[in-house]
Amino acid sequence: MEMSQYLEVFIEESKEHLQTVNDSLLKLEKNPEDLSIVQEIFRAAHTLKGMSATMNYQDLANLTHKMENVLDLIRNHKIHVDSDLLDIIFDGVDDLEAMVGDIASGGQGERDVKEVVEKLERIEKGETPTSVQKSEAVSQMEENHSHDHPNQLILDEFQRTLLMESAEQGFSNYEITVTLTQDCMLKGARVYMVFEVLEQVGEVAQSAPSVDQLEEENFDLEFKVLLLSTHEKEDIKARILKVSEIDTVHVVQVTAEDYVTANSAESKELNNVSSEQETKESIENASVAVAVKEKSTTSEAQKTNENTPQKAAQSKTIRVNIDRLDVLMNLFEELVIDRGRLEQISTDLNHSELQETVERMSRISGDLQNIILNMRMVPVEQVFNRFPRMVRQLARDLNKKVNLVVEGAETELDRTVIDEIGDPLVHLIRNSLDHGIETPESRVEKGKPEEGNLKLQAYHSGNHVFIEISDDGGGINRDKVLQKAMNNGLVTAEQASSLTDQQVFDFIMSSGFSTADKISDVSGRGVGLDVVKNTIESLGGSITIDSAPDQGSVFSIQLPLTLSIISVMLVEVQQEKYAVPLSSIIETAIVKKEDIMHAHNKQVIDFRGRVVPLVSLEDVFEVPQETEKGDYYSIVIVRKGEKMAGLVVDSFIGQQEVVLKSLGNYLQNVFAISGATILGDGQVALIIDSNALIK
Amino acid sequence: MENHAEDVKVIVFQLQNEEYGVPVGRVGSIERMMPITRVPRTVSFVKGVMNLRGVVTPIIDLRERFGIEGTSYDESTRIIIVHLDDMEVGLVVDSANDVIDIPSGTIEPPPEVVGTVDADYISGVAKLDRRLLILLNLEEVLSEQEIRQLQSIEG
Repeated sequence: MEMSQYLEVFIEESKEHLQTVNDSLLKLEKNPEDLSIVQEIFRAAHTLKGMSATMNYQDLANLTHKMENVLDLIRNHKIHVDSDLLDIIFDGVDDLEAMVGDIASGGQGERDVKEVVEKLERIEKGETPTSVQKSEAVSQMEENHSHDHPNQLILDEFQRTLLMESAEQGFSNYEITVTLTQDCMLKGARVYMVFEVLEQVGEVAQSAPSVDQLEEENFDLEFKVLLLSTHEKEDIKARILKVSEIDTVHVVQVTAEDYVTANSAESKELNNVSSEQETKESIENASVAVAVKEKSTTSEAQKTNENTPQKAAQSKTIRVNIDRLDVLMNLFEELVIDRGRLEQISTDLNHSELQETVERMSRISGDLQNIILNMRMVPVEQVFNRFPRMVRQLARDLNKKVNLVVEGAETELDRTVIDEIGDPLVHLIRNSLDHGIETPESRVEKGKPEEGNLKLQAYHSGNHVFIEISDDGGGINRDKVLQKAMNNGLVTAEQASSLTDQQVFDFIMSSGFSTADKISDVSGRGVGLDVVKNTIESLGGSITIDSAPDQGSVFSIQLPLTLSIISVMLVEVQQEKYAVPLSSIIETAIVKKEDIMHAHNKQVIDFRGRVVPLVSLEDVFEVPQETEKGDYYSIVIVRKGEKMAGLVVDSFIGQQEVVLKSLGNYLQNVFAISGATILGDGQVALIIDSNALIK
Repeated sequence: MENHAEDVKVIVFQLQNEEYGVPVGRVGSIERMMPITRVPRTVSFVKGVMNLRGVVTPIIDLRERFGIEGTSYDESTRIIIVHLDDMEVGLVVDSANDVIDIPSGTIEPPPEVVGTVDADYISGVAKLDRRLLILLNLEEVLSEQEIRQLQSIEG
């Protein structure tokens, strides 16, 4: 069977499962006693293991398997959750992520994971030698046994207790024998599918051959499982038969007693091997206690399984390649252009029926436009997801205590923006942790709680999305920044006195600061922030900083909702049409010829008390054909940071939402042109990059 | 098929009185003249950009590119959309109306000078009966380096 067609789905789903593992591990660290979380991690890890085994990524499956073993010990109360243990598991997850990443970029997902595996194995052995001996003994025996009678279900003490417990709680125990058809191509995959089905209706207590062997296709055509379920026998059978390439399914209801006689010998033997005589009793008691706990968690898990909110959500979404959406978008734009023509024709013809139809079509295509644009929107959660983990690690590395709060993760942004915004955010969060939030000791000295707060917040406002990163750390020392700025020649002493706080803070994002020495705690904040600023501005966004000494700092990022559609002011210069992005326009003005002044041989105007230089688009763009100018100048006043300029045009056409397009790879870096758009009449209009026009 | 395995299929177009060929695999489509939006401050042979079914496509005038005396566009003027790597560019030519197979044996290396065209753009010359076909080296025609050089001189 060709696997490559499933590769994309595999990668996406693996990432999702790893994210679940990551999130749940963080939760577990906060509530180490909550075993339902372990259950969740276990389930995600297990699915991942199954998928990678089916896809033949052995390394991935093996490492997941090792992690599962450790998780299993946790949920059976054999080992205790602590930060060091989680560190190792996190390391394992990192490796898994790297492997999936490797697969995504075309590799085989191979990676040297000896160290992590060793650590995991040491946990398995070192921490609880007796229990490990026992489990080793069990697996040993399982192996022995499965060689003798490969398809016989073998239950240990624990599983038998489980059986009895579940019967008391109204669960039925079924022994299910599944036989695959002779010509079954991918037995491992079928088994995996059957297990998927079984996990929907109940809990698999045991299987013969063991799950590992099943996954490795180490069996003939038949396998048995012991299922605890509330479902009817026939229902289960029908569900399993839905999986293709299955020959027969036998479901037999069983009780714990059925197994006692068969296995009593082994269980005695097992106890002998596993522990010394004195501890035998206590262990048995312990395993019963565990079983009870285990039961309650599994039944909980089952409840959630029955509701399957996750599954339901999955079936309602499909993954679409972003390229296809781009194609759809292009086609739709053509439709919009034709719509414009149709509208024109229908007004010209003045035919009422035609007009009605065209109007209806316009309305429908308007709705369609909204839907298509929305399809590109993704929750910012995709980016935010990785931060809890990062903050945890950084806080540990820096010996700081940090509480991360994430708000508004469901806020949606265009896919292209999402892809770009991750790195700047990582940078800012690192910055806040490294230079913003103080060490626990110095926080206590200042009378603050030991634990610092870091808040990551996203929200919509108008046509923009805001992302704020705020901390309650030391804040930025204005004087130090100013001093540094003066040393670097960014500002003179006279200018310095009149600057607002915000203007001062902006300096830490100028490139001169990126080489700042780390001795001063404030200047260290400048490391690399210029890159952050550039990235955000290249996305058409902006970033501002607010800070108060010892109160903390707020970095606020403003981003456009989407990159592909922007609001522009269409202007005309002679016969040519240009678009000026609304985001850089302050306002438009019509100025009398005699109000134009000259300074240094340049035309300037007085705009609300400020001298603003004029830029003639006609001259800059070398527009042909000269016509007589009237007595008035139409001026678009644009800004670049604090600087302004007035673009002289012939006339304003109006404000419009346009689809941003690139000029193509042949024409790169055209002066003062940032892209193009297609107007309603099918013509291309160029979009002006006013930043290039302001010096 | 076997006999033609060595053949090169080319689209034939005219510039002034000469016939040129580009490999058919490089050609996306052949379009009639469309409105072109001038892009300021680019080299003179870049005529601008046009809307090719929703994609903004740069257009260059091959006559100007090759330094052949310009002519006004008319009914037979065509734009050949060619693609190279991830670039898509339209070439304005006098007319385009032929697709032919050239046996690779008839292709000769470019002569030192052919007309007014710099030999760099030419990958070979094919003699077919009484026709002489100049095969273009699109990499050179669309060479980025050259564009930059020209830009820095003219801009």
